[in-house]
Amino acid sequence: MPDVPSTPTTVRMTYRDAARAGIREALQRDARVFLMGEDVGRYGGAYAVSKGLLAEFGPDRIRDTPLSESTFVGAGIGAALGGMRPIVEVMTVNFSLLALDQIVNNAATIRHMSGGQFSVPLVIRMVTGAGRQLAAQHAHSLEGWYAHIPGLRIVAPATLEDVRGMLWTALDDPDPVLIFEHQALYNMEGDLAAGAGPVDIDRAAVRRRGDDVTLVTYGGSLFKSLQAAELAMAEGVSAEVIDLRTLRPLDMETVVASVRRTHRLVVVDEGWRSGSLSAEITTRIVEQAFYDLDAPVVRVCSEEVPIPYPKHLEDAAVPQPGSILAALKQVTAAEGGR
Amino acid sequence: MSGPPVLDPQHGRHLLAEMLRIRRFEERCAELYSAGHIRGFLHLYIGEEAVAAGAMQALAPEDAIVATYREHGHALARGIPATALMAEMFGKQEGCSRGRGGSMHVFDAATRFYGGNAIVGGGLPVAVGLALSDRMRNRPRVTACFFGDGAVAEGEFHESLNLAALWRLPVLFLCENNLYAMGTRIERALAQTDIATKARSYRIPADVVDGMDVLAVEEAVTRAAAAVRGGEGPAFLELQTYRFRAHSMFDAELYRDKAEVEQWKARDPIEGFAARLAREAGLTPEERRQIDDAAIREVQEAIAFAEAGTWEPVEQLTSDVYTPRVPEADHA
Repeated sequence: MPDVPSTPTTVRMTYRDAARAGIREALQRDARVFLMGEDVGRYGGAYAVSKGLLAEFGPDRIRDTPLSESTFVGAGIGAALGGMRPIVEVMTVNFSLLALDQIVNNAATIRHMSGGQFSVPLVIRMVTGAGRQLAAQHAHSLEGWYAHIPGLRIVAPATLEDVRGMLWTALDDPDPVLIFEHQALYNMEGDLAAGAGPVDIDRAAVRRRGDDVTLVTYGGSLFKSLQAAELAMAEGVSAEVIDLRTLRPLDMETVVASVRRTHRLVVVDEGWRSGSLSAEITTRIVEQAFYDLDAPVVRVCSEEVPIPYPKHLEDAAVPQPGSILAALKQVTAAEGGR
Repeated sequence: MSGPPVLDPQHGRHLLAEMLRIRRFEERCAELYSAGHIRGFLHLYIGEEAVAAGAMQALAPEDAIVATYREHGHALARGIPATALMAEMFGKQEGCSRGRGGSMHVFDAATRFYGGNAIVGGGLPVAVGLALSDRMRNRPRVTACFFGDGAVAEGEFHESLNLAALWRLPVLFLCENNLYAMGTRIERALAQTDIATKARSYRIPADVVDGMDVLAVEEAVTRAAAAVRGGEGPAFLELQTYRFRAHSMFDAELYRDKAEVEQWKARDPIEGFAARLAREAGLTPEERRQIDDAAIREVQEAIAFAEAGTWEPVEQLTSDVYTPRVPEADHA
């Protein structure tokens, strides 16, 4: 990461740098913390997040694992039960399916099955999402599946501050936390406060104030949504953009409060539409704020297709500023019934 | 293996008592199941008692246990009170897992008993991780991981043996080979039925042990646990045993001959060992009866405890999904 000048309050860095800074600080702060996963050490991480950490912290705390997702994730569970604070990195969410047994049948259930005797303070980081032409086994957005599971906490940092600070809070959490880092965000640059610390992993954040429509999104779709909101403003539509940040539990209080003001809702989710997080948010709005709505909810999701390799098809498969803008116009064009 | 294990008269009586506690406990469980007091799946360990009873002698209180869904014997031999175990079977909140787990999910912090895992092979990675924490913290502890021959066909078995050997972690793998993965006999599931050979192929020292002989089990586990505790990396034992009862309470046993079951019953670990104690250590029929009566009484008291137990209020249904969050003290 860049040198921190003596007086300025912010540092220019990438999302990748911020993720690395979070891990580095955790390793410095707490002797129980270690990082384990495929190629996190000598290789420096498949997405270069852990580059340099092996030299700084040594092979005991930066552990290269064999290609055994189920067992190194399960070993993270066991190490957490044994008093450590493991950070397990899974290269992509698609690979995490090989560890689904450990995540769903053990990490999420042990506290419950043991009648509250054992908690599993495990953090699993993984990469999600499309945008780099990695095709149908490296680019899916399955965080919504994990958000289905009681016993897990699911977070999706979309900002530098969150990717750095959520890890801290996740490591302090006594239960398993899954952190989804969108692959398209790693090169995103921004300014981060030099002394940035932990951030909450409970609340959604309003990233842009607006009056005409509430746009709910998270992760890799946040900045596309903010772009779309900017374009909409030029056409006279004022969109409020909410970054969910935490996908389980959902902070519906923030979403409902916004919808009660704007009376319109667009949900942008890179997951597929069928049986999705976007469906969950929409349903909860129907349950909790149906009479506040002036127009049918509009969703912008991935097309129902495995992510294709060619760039033009990949772009067309996932939400883009253009499709989000169209949704904002559609939902605000509808006649208000109030 | 070294010479025949020495039979100490007092310790021998203790081992017999441990096996009888398990046998009597489970016989009553089967009745209670038929009577509707225990529900869900119930997997009995009857016939395999020498494995848990022998193995637990060799483990220290600071060691960790990871077991399977056929774990009543391990729980009792490890020292989980029969009362709390039976209450768990009943689903009462006085159970060792507060009734949330039932027969297949026995957990107990006091004895470092980490389940009760009902996904075949699912406990092995967790055991590897427990051992990793000990290794990283320089604690001379053993994590004893029990699993069956069925788990040997799972990917997690191979991944876990590999990782434990690669990182020289203090795991003692204890494979209870009862020849059947549910109803599938080992020859129909494994291309290589010599399980110890698989362990050796991961460069883990492995022995084959007569799992119907409680002394042989104790001796082998003692030796292997000492090596693991001494920092020599993981060890592996294949304990050859046999389940006398059905896989669960819903099993017509169409997959095996009654003659085979009878052959193994002739090697009953309890009867065989009691006879040896009579021959070599002066166990009288009266003493045997007293040991048995104590086990029966203990189980009777456990049942009374479970019957008197209470149901967790439905208002608490969603408790213990997440840990109540309190600000954490400074990190150690």
